[in-house]
Amino acid sequence: MAQLSNGHLLNAIQDKFGNAILGAEEPNGLLTLNVNPEKLLELVRFLYNHEEFRFQFLTDICGAHFPDQKGAELASIYHLHSLENNIRIRIKCFLSADHPFVDSLTPLFAAANWQERETFDFYGIIFNGHPNLKRILNVDEMDYHPLRKEYPLEDQTRTDKNDSYFGR
Amino acid sequence: MGKISKPMSSPIITQAPPGLQGEGFFATSLDKAVGLARANSIWPLPFATSCCGIEFMATMAANYDMARFGSERLSFSPRQADLLMVMGTIAKKMGPVVRQVYLQMAEPRWVIAVGACASSGGIFDTYSVLQGIDKVVPVDVYVPGCPPRPEQILDGITKIQELVKNESLRRRNSPEYQALMASYGIQ
Repeated sequence: MAQLSNGHLLNAIQDKFGNAILGAEEPNGLLTLNVNPEKLLELVRFLYNHEEFRFQFLTDICGAHFPDQKGAELASIYHLHSLENNIRIRIKCFLSADHPFVDSLTPLFAAANWQERETFDFYGIIFNGHPNLKRILNVDEMDYHPLRKEYPLEDQTRTDKNDSYFGR
Repeated sequence: MGKISKPMSSPIITQAPPGLQGEGFFATSLDKAVGLARANSIWPLPFATSCCGIEFMATMAANYDMARFGSERLSFSPRQADLLMVMGTIAKKMGPVVRQVYLQMAEPRWVIAVGACASSGGIFDTYSVLQGIDKVVPVDVYVPGCPPRPEQILDGITKIQELVKNESLRRRNSPEYQALMASYGIQ
């Protein structure tokens, strides 16, 4: 079986989605797309159902926060794996911190459920259509999303350290 | 040929509290007698979440043998436990669980925080980790170390034994104790 190449994959995606693909690069040979969040679900469904590509394994969903990138502070990042072709693809959706909404992948991947809950828990990204979007790892009473950069890592209730050494 | 038996000298109770001792009897106050019995049969409830728990396993095993101090009977039910041993990092999500276990224990009860994490949060100065179990339950003895060696854990146990021996039977009626409990919202 011929190896599926990144170029062939990218051409097929660009033919189908055109403007929704905001950027593409290949760090370490991993095809990485920057995608319009509104087209995400459609794109992933296309990759899932495509008779050649068959990206049917969701490896990971994670978040990222770039506070200096105005209007695109948050990112929701997806890693898909085609087990049949042994090829991976990474999809990034940049979202504004004021409007952090993106479609949930739960209609396609049951595994997206907990991964999206985790991303919500730590970054506050809202996944539209998620059946049970609530905190998964942190305490329910927590009132912020701790991996956003505006929040300090250290616990503010600590009493046995000299604060001036720890930036508090 | 008759057997010659040596007359037995009266046995000495090691570490006995002050009292009146003679041939076949020992008299002391009820407080001290109960304290002696309690201190030498403490039933610990191990609440082990990480590496300090591994050190605790060594403490229980043959080399260090906590049974020598009368604590070989672990109680995995809080109802029968005397001593809550919290060993390891307690995440904030685990805090209410520690507290509930403590509340389920019957008086008299003692708590030992084993290791830096249970005592103060240790290296985990972060949003997700409880900065010491004394934020949710009162603690009697802190064992430092990351993790502490079994000898240190045994030292903590003997410190608890000293507390148990010397404590009033009416500890929980004392105003200090009630004020302590009230500060944790426990009556």
